Amino acid sequence: MYWITVLVVAIMILSALAVLLLPNLLAAVAASSVVSLALSVVFVIIRAPDVAMTEAAVGAGLSGVILVLALRRLGLWGLGDDNHPRPGDSLQGSGDDA
Amino acid sequence: MRNFTSLLFAGGLGFFLLVLAADLPVGAAPMVAGEGILGQGPEAVGAANLVTAVVLAYRGIDTLGELSILFAAAAGVGLILSGMRRRADQRPDPEGGFILLAAADLLFPLLVIVGLYIVLHGHLTPGGGFQGGVILAAAFFLPLLGRPGDSLNHAVVNWVEGLAGGAFVLIGLWALAVKGDFLAPMLGKGALGSLFSAGTLPLLYIAVGLKVGAEIAGLMSTLQETEAAEP
Amino acid sequence: MTLPPLEIVLYTGAVSLLIIGLAGLVMGDNLVRLVLALAVAEAGVNLLLVLSGFRQGAFAPILLEGRVPGPMVDPIPQALVLTAIVIGVGVQALALALVLRVRRAYGTVEMRTLRARLHEDLDAAAGLPPETSRNAPAVERPA
Repeated sequence: MYWITVLVVAIMILSALAVLLLPNLLAAVAASSVVSLALSVVFVIIRAPDVAMTEAAVGAGLSGVILVLALRRLGLWGLGDDNHPRPGDSLQGSGDDA
Repeated sequence: MRNFTSLLFAGGLGFFLLVLAADLPVGAAPMVAGEGILGQGPEAVGAANLVTAVVLAYRGIDTLGELSILFAAAAGVGLILSGMRRRADQRPDPEGGFILLAAADLLFPLLVIVGLYIVLHGHLTPGGGFQGGVILAAAFFLPLLGRPGDSLNHAVVNWVEGLAGGAFVLIGLWALAVKGDFLAPMLGKGALGSLFSAGTLPLLYIAVGLKVGAEIAGLMSTLQETEAAEP
Repeated sequence: MTLPPLEIVLYTGAVSLLIIGLAGLVMGDNLVRLVLALAVAEAGVNLLLVLSGFRQGAFAPILLEGRVPGPMVDPIPQALVLTAIVIGVGVQALALALVLRVRRAYGTVEMRTLRARLHEDLDAAAGLPPETSRNAPAVERPA
């Protein structure tokens, strides 16, 4: 249990640093979700299952969705309309994935 | 230079906090109010989950305040983004692929069931209105992720939110009239650990779950309907 | 070599999250990253609050089959943090809505660019010619 705690806390701190240092904002949002997920494991370890559930549902799930939606609306994350095949397109012309 | 002073500030603050933390009674923190709640909570409230007893019975008025903060935040988002609604001639996001569409249809009923289960069993197991409400909001938002052209019916969302909030306050006022305390537990405690126990606590948690779910689903739908900025 | 007790590890994690979040708030230039740093700092504060009720060897504050299993952790900080997390996501959404507004009004989310454009607008509103109001002495220096 002790080393699991140390590992989870280390993951939490490293991904918190990644939130600040990653140049790509989408990756930073993903790192903040990792922080919340590790934090919910820590809450389980310190006997707070209610808080762990809330943190997992809100911090790791919902807040990530809201942040990514906001990135999309801010124009900071493009869906790459030209470079990637759209759902309706056929996959034949996309080249190097064979 | 600015970064250096910022780092110095953050490091100093960290040192200060660690010095304070070294003074904390590590390992055997004294419980002042918690001891009493742990001792008499199960008999006085009848909820197996003592966190629920604190949230809805001992600190019920705090929860009401929290719900109003959430309402203010959701209303603020609606107000700020009201002038940025996507116009009819603007193209929404492209529709999701087959996997997202199929998964949204498949997961919707399962998520609704899980959310309702967590809301209804909040007084017995970990979980409750807040967690279940968030899962319900996710269930209703998932189809919008696949089909960005659609939108939630905001009138229905607002009605659910208002009725749930009103129900919470009405149950509290009812307790005030009968027992003399706002949000005092009522309706008999039942057998500890069964679904129909803990009096009005499950009803209050259903109201909280519906209110939180409606607010967050409306909030995400508002964000979804906002026009995208030109890059 | 003696290992530090479990509480010290957890307190270190909580304080580190708080410090990292505050450093990001002070040093950040991108408004979205400020929102993210705020979320990280908030996570640290939540962990610190729940830790204040933690006791080693105690059980979660949930009765098993109607019986008290033994000493339990303090339920009050857990109840407070439960609501604080949900408030946090509401505040985060409000902050992001404000960022969207800023992006629309000024066309940027970088603080430096934003500050320059804000000053330009203020100068224009005050009727001053651009680029003279700042970084220049208010009156001509005597020769």
